[in-house]
Amino acid sequence: MNILSMQNIRKSFGEREVLKDISLSVAEGQVTAIIGPSGSGKSTLLRCATLLETIDGGSVTYLDKTAAWEEGGKAKYASAQVLREVRSCFGLVFQNFNLFPHFSVLRNVMDAPVHVLGRNKKEVEEEAVALLRRMGLEDHAANYPCQLSGGQQQRVAIARALAMNPKVLFFDEPTSALDPELTAEVLKVIRALAEEKMTMVIVTHEMNFAKLVADHVIFMDGGVIVEEGGPGIIDDPSHARTRAFLNKLEG
Amino acid sequence: MALWTMVQTLADGMGKSILIYVCTLAGALPLGLLVAFGRMSRVKPLQLIVKFYISVMRGTPLMLQLLVVFFGPYYLFRIPTGSSYRFVAVVIGFILNYAAYFAEIYRGGIEGIPQGQREAAHVLGYSRSRTFLTIILPQVVKRILPAVTNEMITLVKDTSLAFAISYSEMFTLAKKIASSQSTLMPFVIAGVFYYVFNFIVAFLMERCEKRLAYYN
Repeated sequence: MNILSMQNIRKSFGEREVLKDISLSVAEGQVTAIIGPSGSGKSTLLRCATLLETIDGGSVTYLDKTAAWEEGGKAKYASAQVLREVRSCFGLVFQNFNLFPHFSVLRNVMDAPVHVLGRNKKEVEEEAVALLRRMGLEDHAANYPCQLSGGQQQRVAIARALAMNPKVLFFDEPTSALDPELTAEVLKVIRALAEEKMTMVIVTHEMNFAKLVADHVIFMDGGVIVEEGGPGIIDDPSHARTRAFLNKLEG
Repeated sequence: MALWTMVQTLADGMGKSILIYVCTLAGALPLGLLVAFGRMSRVKPLQLIVKFYISVMRGTPLMLQLLVVFFGPYYLFRIPTGSSYRFVAVVIGFILNYAAYFAEIYRGGIEGIPQGQREAAHVLGYSRSRTFLTIILPQVVKRILPAVTNEMITLVKDTSLAFAISYSEMFTLAKKIASSQSTLMPFVIAGVFYYVFNFIVAFLMERCEKRLAYYN
């Protein structure tokens, strides 16, 4: 079953066309890695999927809820109520974490489940503590984000997203702001989630990681999907542009 | 006039200065937020009106504004104003002026919060009002505190401008005594009063800043 299905997505910023007729679907339990050079539109695609940008054309559907569809050559969005329900289907982990600096680690994780979902505070706290333990952060519950390393902050951000029980978790270059050592600890957490069959879509520059964790790899360039397939396409790309990109990475 | 009588008279005036001060802050701090919203509004006419208001408030002397507020109703509209209007005029004048300055401070603070904070809250499903009140505003308060402290200290000294419409706050009384008794002593005492008042304001604001220093 598809958790997310995006059809014929078009998006321009002014005159510049960033996404040209892109379609992708994400099946339950599947890890999708989106790779490609900067400016290829992969982050924009993620932002359209998470409703942070509005599409110009095409459709976005989560499970049986359609967030946006095409009508008369233009994209039309669902009502605020439907969009709220759609938003509860996914979580997003940002490149620069975007933790709430004035909340403790625990409150960062607990605040939305308690105040947005209106769940019981005690119950949420137990779950949040368990999540932090899974992230190896049980000793930091009372700390503030500024007291943590980048890697720890990103793991809090992952816990914060997971606390909402999303059906799919998006990662927008989750390790780009981290040095190699901290990158490893974040990737380890994402790998553990993949083993638990968490549905994920990851925009990343870490090719080895994508190869290791992804069931499906999408290579984007110039606003289109150039090539997609199993993780094997990273080692054995069939398209010249993919090859050129991967060769450049290897230096 | 004995020194002690002088101090007592000025202390009474100081009470009135403090009253102006408190009323101005109580009005201008919240009004400033509304003005800031207007200034950031996507409704162009509203934005322009607020911009004009701010530019007039910042571009003309506060003393002149007090005169306009005090004499305006009668000279412009023939509305009779009683003697109790003197205090009201002072406070209205100060609130209108300070709200403009506070608004610009708020705007800077609000616009300075990284967009990612709003996006993170949005994806987590926070409503717009909840995002503003619990995510954005607390961070804004921390950021703008030094600038607000500056304005609060300036306001202590600006209360003396009420002498322009002869409201008997401390400075007005000091001038009166000084000219009737031919002595500079009232000014010295007034200076000490202002300084002590500001010392307390600065001390309290520093404590607020320290309380918010647990994160950055």
